[in-house]
Amino acid sequence: MEALKEPGQGISARFSNLKGLTIPVAPHKGCGSSGGSGKSSCGSSAGSGDLPSEIWEKVKNHPCYSEEAHHHYARMHVAVAPACNIQCNYCNRKYDCANESRPGVVSERLTPEQAAKKVLAVASEIPQMTVLGIAGPGDPLANPDKTFQTFDLVFKAAPDIKLCLSTNGLALPDHVERIKDFKVDHVTITINMIDPEVGARIYPWVFFRHKRYTGKDAAKLLSERQLQGLEMLTQAGILCKVNSVMIPGINDDHLVEVNKAVKSRGAFLHNIMPLISAPEHGTVFGLSGQRGPSAQELKALQDKCEGEMNMMRHCRQCRADAVGLLGEDRGAEFTTERIESMEVEYDAAKRRAYRDSVEIEREARKAARERELLTLAGENSGRKILVAVATKGGGKVNEHFGHAKEFQIYELSVAGSKFVGHRRVDLYCQGGYGEEDALAGVIRAINDCVAVFVAKIGGCPKEELRKAGIEPVDQYAYGYIETATISYFRSYLQRLKNGELVDVERGDAMIRQGAFIELGEPAGQAA
Amino acid sequence: MPYKIVASQCTGCSACEPECPNKAISEKDGIFLIDPKKCTECIGFFDEPQCVAVCPVDHTCIVDKSLPRYQR
Ligand code: SF4
Ligand code: SF4
Ligand code: SF4
Repeated sequence: MEALKEPGQGISARFSNLKGLTIPVAPHKGCGSSGGSGKSSCGSSAGSGDLPSEIWEKVKNHPCYSEEAHHHYARMHVAVAPACNIQCNYCNRKYDCANESRPGVVSERLTPEQAAKKVLAVASEIPQMTVLGIAGPGDPLANPDKTFQTFDLVFKAAPDIKLCLSTNGLALPDHVERIKDFKVDHVTITINMIDPEVGARIYPWVFFRHKRYTGKDAAKLLSERQLQGLEMLTQAGILCKVNSVMIPGINDDHLVEVNKAVKSRGAFLHNIMPLISAPEHGTVFGLSGQRGPSAQELKALQDKCEGEMNMMRHCRQCRADAVGLLGEDRGAEFTTERIESMEVEYDAAKRRAYRDSVEIEREARKAARERELLTLAGENSGRKILVAVATKGGGKVNEHFGHAKEFQIYELSVAGSKFVGHRRVDLYCQGGYGEEDALAGVIRAINDCVAVFVAKIGGCPKEELRKAGIEPVDQYAYGYIETATISYFRSYLQRLKNGELVDVERGDAMIRQGAFIELGEPAGQAA
Repeated sequence: MPYKIVASQCTGCSACEPECPNKAISEKDGIFLIDPKKCTECIGFFDEPQCVAVCPVDHTCIVDKSLPRYQR
């Protein structure tokens, strides 16, 4: 147990002997293509230059790992693995695995054959689809046969699709060989603690080698297996991301330790996600009133853990059977029934042609950003502001305010435009809810932002936003996000200098809790 | 005394099925059942009944006292 609290020592010493055998896991410069912080984590850099090229090659088209790629590429998950070998207090197994899914939405469970057919069907219809993930509900490694059989079928039929899996890590050390054999590109391990005291408050039990463990014993066992699995994978050259659920009052401070521990064992990306918990979800935390973090708390923790390691900030905690670009779910178009009746024709050439066109687009975006950034040269101001952007992908300001289901948040400073997160909102112009409430909800979600960038916006919401101190900006419609935001920042600084603007500290904002929170309710979670 | 699964509580997660040393557990249309003739309560195999230990929902795998031979 003591050893666990000292993440550095023994293991990192052992680890350093393995240099040369392992791929160099980002000798981090604080920024990289990967992760939510992505290339934008230090604004100025392009991404590809900051990661060892082997890693960049692996992540550049992966929407879940590369913040930039998620504008262009899509992923899908299939739910083939319903059994789990541990219990988490934020999970209600009547629904999905809360670690990757929006609680309260049941995913359709598929057999490996059904799943493989679905993957091919989706890949044929959505050429952006580059990644297949198996993430639950349940633990993919508590269902190894179903998981690996699905991977096998997909790999044989469509070798260009990247495979990845998410696991709680308990069974991980036993499956590293198979993960290698099946050419799994990336593994995500959910690690919420390295201290069994903390763990005992998150995990009531684990089931291991025919025995149920509880309390600190359970947490210690889980933690040891997770860290061991992580080391084995990174030593084998497999990219590992670590997910952590931020649970205020339980592991929020502790996650800084977790960050160090996983970094020293070669994880290339750390994704700290907000706890999603509402009483309606029927989880232990939901029922005990355990709140999730506010936007400011989450960002402060992510900032604290950044520095030497990429932090991922664009994770949408998607459902286990999500399909499509992040933030968009086309799962409903691919029901089992429809797939069963489909003749699937897999066209690898068409997919390749699409990817080539995306690469051209990405280069253009990068060049535009670099040109724009030059205009900030010479400015020196310590000012940092947040802005919200309505986008439907492609890295552009291309969504109508009223159609936005989420806003992407960028932090602007003289260093450039850095992606720091996203906020889900309810449709403003959707009937039924009453527009006033929906608008209030949007304002609560982006209350920490100085401006909101949109392709179009009506007069009435414009007025309300202004009253709330958020400037609606539509003159950059359909332009690149980075170019637009940097240009805005330049004029912002100018207006400050001219005294046209007063600089006020913004307040906190609320993270929307799953699908169940009623609109218009005060932000109970932020209490 | 064999175990049984309280169908109304079962989430259908399938975790118990592969753990049973006697292959006593099977699925029928998403509902999991224990064959009382095959269940040995795991005696001779493990210290704990495996279906109970792995089931995510408490009181779902329970001892079946309703069988006639246990009622006297
Ligand atoms: S690992 Fe996933 S499925 Fe298992 S209890 Fe935790 S959140 Fe639920
Ligand atoms: S108690 Fe043991 S033998 Fe009986 S059904 Fe459960 S797992 Fe099988
Ligand atoms: S482990 Fe429990 S919930 Fe899961 S299938 Fe078996 S009886 Fe049902």
